[in-house]
Amino acid sequence: MELTKQQKAILDGEKGETLAKVMKTLVMYGEAFDATKMVEVTSEYNHLVTSFGLGVMDPVYKLMDTLLSEGVKSGQKFTVDPRPLDPNVPTTFLQNLVFKLFMYNKQDFYEDQLNKLGLLEKDAFTCTCYMSEVGNTPKEGDILSWSESSAVVYANSVLGARCNRNSGIIDIMGSIVGYVPYFGLLTDEGRKADWVVRINTTKKPEAQLLGSAIGMKVMEDVPYVVGLDKWLGDELNEEACTYLKDFGAATASNGAVGLYHIDNLTPEAKKLGKKLLKKDVKEYVIDDAELQRVYDSYPVIWKDKNAKPKLCFMGCPHMSLQQLKDWTDTIEENLKKYGNSKVQIPTVFTAAPAVIKKFRETDYFPRLQSTGIILSYICPLMFMNNPLCGKMPVITSSNKLRTYTSSRYYTDEEIVTQLCKGGL
Amino acid sequence: MKQFKGRIIAPGTCTAEAVVTHGGFNTLASLQKALQFGDKTAKVSDQNNPDLYGKPIAGKALCLPQTIGSTTGGLVLYCACEMKRNPACMLFANKIDSLACAGSVLASVWSDTRMPVIDELGDEFLNYVKDGDKITICEDGTVTVE
Repeated sequence: MELTKQQKAILDGEKGETLAKVMKTLVMYGEAFDATKMVEVTSEYNHLVTSFGLGVMDPVYKLMDTLLSEGVKSGQKFTVDPRPLDPNVPTTFLQNLVFKLFMYNKQDFYEDQLNKLGLLEKDAFTCTCYMSEVGNTPKEGDILSWSESSAVVYANSVLGARCNRNSGIIDIMGSIVGYVPYFGLLTDEGRKADWVVRINTTKKPEAQLLGSAIGMKVMEDVPYVVGLDKWLGDELNEEACTYLKDFGAATASNGAVGLYHIDNLTPEAKKLGKKLLKKDVKEYVIDDAELQRVYDSYPVIWKDKNAKPKLCFMGCPHMSLQQLKDWTDTIEENLKKYGNSKVQIPTVFTAAPAVIKKFRETDYFPRLQSTGIILSYICPLMFMNNPLCGKMPVITSSNKLRTYTSSRYYTDEEIVTQLCKGGL
Repeated sequence: MKQFKGRIIAPGTCTAEAVVTHGGFNTLASLQKALQFGDKTAKVSDQNNPDLYGKPIAGKALCLPQTIGSTTGGLVLYCACEMKRNPACMLFANKIDSLACAGSVLASVWSDTRMPVIDELGDEFLNYVKDGDKITICEDGTVTVE
């Protein structure tokens, strides 16, 4: 890799041993992908994936301490993934004890480290940092050093920014030196599509199910999706962006997709169209039967497969303001239909603190409250990653949450019926 | 016995028993429980991986196409190395992905644990190797399966 004089000076230790190790890490990372150079990070803010103060993640906190003790700071302010705990979310006495004393006993310590390194503001904890209410929205063409698979795929695909699927720790290292290695999704060639995915369904496909099917098929390749504009339109309006947020999160967690193109909709597909296709492109056709096959393939790992759900999580990734409003309407309508006044399963909707703040200012908030649904900024994934929650029959329409936890996936429609009727 | 030649991502030699996944290795989903709850054998907790679910991978030669899933993947791998719950080596049929690469590099630069990592071993490697095979890695990146 060819480094500039300034980059080489950092690598050679002229700015201290720790910064030299940070640069060495990024150079080695880039060289594995034949990166020829380092390029400047141009986004205003960074986004980090590690938000949780898990006691056992000591190696991460020690590394952060090493950086801080050398006076190293992130060159950019940053947002971070959601907090793992929220007192509003119902827990048992035992769960509470385990969370605070055993699992997340380093939360305050780690948040203090994040503050010192450059946290944007005290509540900058969400996986949907790109939402306007949060304010970490990169411009088209910006070079990022982000992590968080759902945010990276959104930034690349919907916003047209350029970012590799960076890991936690690598993310902040890019901000510290101000450069990232130039490879993969940063390059024009790396953004070309390996797959054409044809949507031949008879109705609008469930975003999280479609994303899952594509992720499992293409893994880390770039898919070019044809026929989805029939259902989403050709404008990136709020509805389309919300759909793509959930779709992308599923492609990234059920596979390893970092960028997708939607024909006639996403920025690069609109500009370049089929020129984005590689020569030897593969094809995947998705119809109703294929989506059903994918749905039926999900394992149910509850001890009692017929157990009545004890909790429902919606909002992984975090919900948008419009989603919260739409779900409030839907839940109200269906409670009325089934003759109930409150949801029949304890339910938590999750969203960014800034989105929750806006939602509270609307008349939807008291209406949602009256349905019995709890609104939280928590990360449901982090909440569920323990043996106590692992035994709970939890339902969700998030394919990301299903992938990483024992929660069971249902379509949005099935979730509505479960919540409002009390069963399917 | 068969030999395969790949590209060295993290150097080193090693002899270990193979555990094989033909689907992507979801690092967070696979290792989160082992790291959180003191399982030194690192039994895989990813319900979506029928090849590995419930099998211990600490000290084994993990043979895989690539890693998938959350971008915590690299730091999870780094933590596994620091906590000595990592595979003895990682052998990729495909070109290494960015998350596994980050984990390997972080372990290599910031940790004392040595976990050899070889990629681009090819589909034939993954078709040939079976659970329980003896894997030997030489200094030059040659992988022997027997």
